[in-house]
Amino acid sequence: MGWDAVLQLDRLVLTEPGFRLFADFIVPQGAKVAIIGPSGAGKSTLLNAIAGFVVPTEGRVLWQGVDLAPLDPGSLPVTILFQDQNLFPHLTVAQNLALGLSSRLRPSVQDVQRIDWALTRTGLAGLGDRRPSELSGGQVGRAALARALLRARPILLLDEPFAALGPALKAEMLALVAEVADETGATVLMVTHDPKDAQGFAALTVLVADGLAQPPVDTALLFANPPKALADYLG
Amino acid sequence: MASRSSQINYAMGAAIVAALVVVLTFGMAAVVWAEAGSFWPTATDWAAVRFTLLQAVLSAGLSCLLAVPVARALARRYFVGRGILITLMGAPFLLPVIVAVLGLVIVFGRAGIVSDVMALFGLPPLSIYGLHGVLLAHVFFNLPLVTRMLLMGWQAIPSERFRLSASLGMTEGAVYRHLELPMLRSVLPGAAAVVFTICLTSFVVALTLGGGPGATTVELAIYKALRFDYEPARAAALSLLQFAMGAGEVALGWAVLGSTGFGVGLGRKVEMRPPRGWRFWVDILVIFIAASFLLLPLSAIVLRGIAGLADLPLGMIVALVRSFAVALTSTVLTVVAALLLALAVARKAKGAKLFDAVATLPLAVSGLVLGTGLFLTVQPYVRPEALALPVTVLVNALLSLPYVYSLLLPEARALHVDYDRLARSLALVGVARLRWVTLPRLARPLGFGAGLAASLSMGDLGVITLFAGESGTTLPLYVHRLMGAYRMEAAAGAALVLVVFSFALFVLFDGMGRRVAT
Amino acid sequence: MEYLQARPVLSQLEKDMKTSILALGFVSVVAGFPCAAVAKTPVLNVLTYDSFNEEWGAGPSVEKAFEASCSCDLKFVSGGSAATMVARVQMEGKSSDIDVVLGLDTNMTAAATASGLFAPHGQTWKNDLPVSFSDPYFVPYDWGWLAFVYNKNKLSDVPKTFEELAASDIKIVIEDPRSSAPGLGLLLWIKTIYGDKAKEIWTGLADNIVTVTPSWAGAYGMFTEGEVDMVLSYTTSPAYHLIAENDDTKAAAVFDEGHYMQIEVAGKLAATDQPELADQFLAFIGSDAFQSVITKNWAYPAVTPSVGLPEGFDRFRPAKSLILSATDAVAVRDGALAEWQAVLAK
Repeated sequence: MGWDAVLQLDRLVLTEPGFRLFADFIVPQGAKVAIIGPSGAGKSTLLNAIAGFVVPTEGRVLWQGVDLAPLDPGSLPVTILFQDQNLFPHLTVAQNLALGLSSRLRPSVQDVQRIDWALTRTGLAGLGDRRPSELSGGQVGRAALARALLRARPILLLDEPFAALGPALKAEMLALVAEVADETGATVLMVTHDPKDAQGFAALTVLVADGLAQPPVDTALLFANPPKALADYLG
Repeated sequence: MASRSSQINYAMGAAIVAALVVVLTFGMAAVVWAEAGSFWPTATDWAAVRFTLLQAVLSAGLSCLLAVPVARALARRYFVGRGILITLMGAPFLLPVIVAVLGLVIVFGRAGIVSDVMALFGLPPLSIYGLHGVLLAHVFFNLPLVTRMLLMGWQAIPSERFRLSASLGMTEGAVYRHLELPMLRSVLPGAAAVVFTICLTSFVVALTLGGGPGATTVELAIYKALRFDYEPARAAALSLLQFAMGAGEVALGWAVLGSTGFGVGLGRKVEMRPPRGWRFWVDILVIFIAASFLLLPLSAIVLRGIAGLADLPLGMIVALVRSFAVALTSTVLTVVAALLLALAVARKAKGAKLFDAVATLPLAVSGLVLGTGLFLTVQPYVRPEALALPVTVLVNALLSLPYVYSLLLPEARALHVDYDRLARSLALVGVARLRWVTLPRLARPLGFGAGLAASLSMGDLGVITLFAGESGTTLPLYVHRLMGAYRMEAAAGAALVLVVFSFALFVLFDGMGRRVAT
Repeated sequence: MEYLQARPVLSQLEKDMKTSILALGFVSVVAGFPCAAVAKTPVLNVLTYDSFNEEWGAGPSVEKAFEASCSCDLKFVSGGSAATMVARVQMEGKSSDIDVVLGLDTNMTAAATASGLFAPHGQTWKNDLPVSFSDPYFVPYDWGWLAFVYNKNKLSDVPKTFEELAASDIKIVIEDPRSSAPGLGLLLWIKTIYGDKAKEIWTGLADNIVTVTPSWAGAYGMFTEGEVDMVLSYTTSPAYHLIAENDDTKAAAVFDEGHYMQIEVAGKLAATDQPELADQFLAFIGSDAFQSVITKNWAYPAVTPSVGLPEGFDRFRPAKSLILSATDAVAVRDGALAEWQAVLAK
């Protein structure tokens, strides 16, 4: 694992009214990391800072040693899946996927083939012409993942995109995320408030509590011997 | 990846629009201020101010007072055609004022249907001219508006509360006191403010139904000062008075103007236990009277209009084409301006607060105030007649800006909150974002706003009266001139054409918006 | 007189639109030859009130007669009513393309002269007006007596004075003195008879007045549609119905106190680019060719034409004529107008 292929949060300080978060750690390439902590602790804010939507008060976000601050969210080596609104409701599934390739929405023959491949890969074969409103919750998640597959960015951020799904469906989706990540070699950071998700999906876990995002530690070890903040959260 | 150059600078666009709006409002105020000089309004000018305020207060009071029983009856009764009636109540807002006035004269004039019916009972014929005529027309326009606002209020009362009060065995009076009265208290002041604002700039109604020097609004006095007496200083001084009234009113009235209930589904019946017995018949009577009051003048226009159609000369077509061009041009201007402002404000661009304030600024001015300012600005250099149409386009665009803006802003805000991050994360910026996200997502309010702007502009008769000579006659002015010569048949024919085309414009744009949005 | 056809504005508009469409076509055809587009025949633009410039009115007859002798193009331009014409000329100032204004009356000439926009006419022809009239800036072309017109079949108790009218419940329509020549004439008519008591007359009339229209055409239209019992018009108005419609039901109420005279005049603008042609037109007004067709304006010709007066013109002759000189009229106007506004504003 070379120095040039890691995500580094370099003495990052994020502030919002009544809120301050400090983070200073490195995430190794290809790792699957859960971010867990009580609500309001700043899990999503941390993710949004990496995705370029939140400007850090201090510190830097580095990818392969390069400061990401000057880049537009769209130019970052990042794909993010939000809690909801991952698809434009007025566009078809295929069009939503096409936006992952080019903003002109005039896909080439090659693009169309890739979109079909991504749809098939995520179990949505034949649903490209549907509108998001005609899909089930799981299918919407799959479509968002299909676009992540097409974009093939080295960092995949999940801001609880499957929170509204039932346990079985959620596990299915996480398995798909793992497949997609392995296929693209992506580093995954996933926000969750459910210890089971972290244990089932992520080898590493970042605990966010009391204004601090702790460096990632082994998930199994963390839950076996939870620090006070995590113990309080888990109850 | 999108290059920086493909981005659209909405803040810059909004700043240009804002600058234009400020020049056209405060700039024109400054022009009339300079022209008014030391002219001090005379007793008749002050009488116009008093009358303007009086009729606005009375119109607001009457419309609200009468709307309560109508809205209540509609809220708790269900009948065939109820939906159509409620939809029709949105129509007067789009109805060209000159057409409505013509319809009212045909129905309520001394030789009208109502007078004929009254004669059967040995009653003297009605007179429609004077303060009561002005009030009649204003109630005709605003009663439906207030009724719709109140209906929304009734529907906003959670049905659980009606069920609760029923299970508690509350009497009708108790339900009224505890559920309906608080709602009325919160809705009516806003409704009254809206009607007051609309009537403050009443021009066509006073021009046609005023009946004499008594019923002169400030807007009408401005028109007479320029077109009858050619006293620019007096017109300017009156414009300042009108501007002062409008500016004072904006602070009060705009906060509630957004709540006029356009585009809101009002089909649901309120879960109130409708009282039986004689009160059923009272409700039916109220609905019947309200419906007749709205429908008779419209039907009169249609009936006499069809008869007058045969009589319509070529000139009508030319005026129609002109009005179409005016409406479409001003609509494009309004929609582009409102979109730039709304997007800049929704994206919290630099100066967003200023843009938001500027977008409501045109409410402080009226067509005749703007017209006087523009008139005084261009008159030394150009024959005013030559600029009649461009000025009309500009003024119409400016006056409908606040309405279109207020329709777009909440949707633009929601769009920003929901999809800005997704769009940015997909590098969807500039023209591509406008094409694939912004316009399709805003299609509905854009279509509705464009329809509103186009149909208002098509039917407007205001500033054109200051500028127009024989050439450049728009269709509303054409109808007005036919009415001026008391050529009622031909006027009704032209009015019918006018109303059909301005409604068609609304339906066209609104429908386009809906089709894109689905 | 603002002439008595029932469809003045309409066909005027039609005519305008037709000309504008033709003009559009013409312009597009000759756009490539801008020099050729400059017409060789000079154009004389005459601003007049709407109802004069109408297909069935005096306008086309006058145009035809003048163009037969002038080798020019006479264009009547509709300018609304009398007062709006003055306002328009003032508004346009030197940028105006108007050469002659036709349709003011003597109650307005003093103010128009004072505006400095009109030039002396230099005409020497004699008129046959019943009162002596001569003005360096304006020539008279026709005249008439103001009167209330009614339908004989519908109104039996015809008032003989303003007091009787005020005391009755007869519904009348009058014209706005700020915009309309007959409207201003009525103001001066009542002022001339009653002086300081005029205010009382107006107070009494207030409940008779159904509405005040900006122009004569609107008022007369209301009368013919049956919206009112009487309309402020002219003693010669019933003659129109008699001659053009073969309808003998209309009559003019003759008042004992006398009738105000309205003398209609034309004048040339100082800024005209066709001074000779304008002079030629003002001279033409005094000719028999003009005077024999001006009765189509339903008023008495300023110079009695060789063919005499049409039938019905002498039916309602007042015993007494009232008129203020131009200077008196302008002196009385503002006070009388304020008084009128104050009374009717209540």
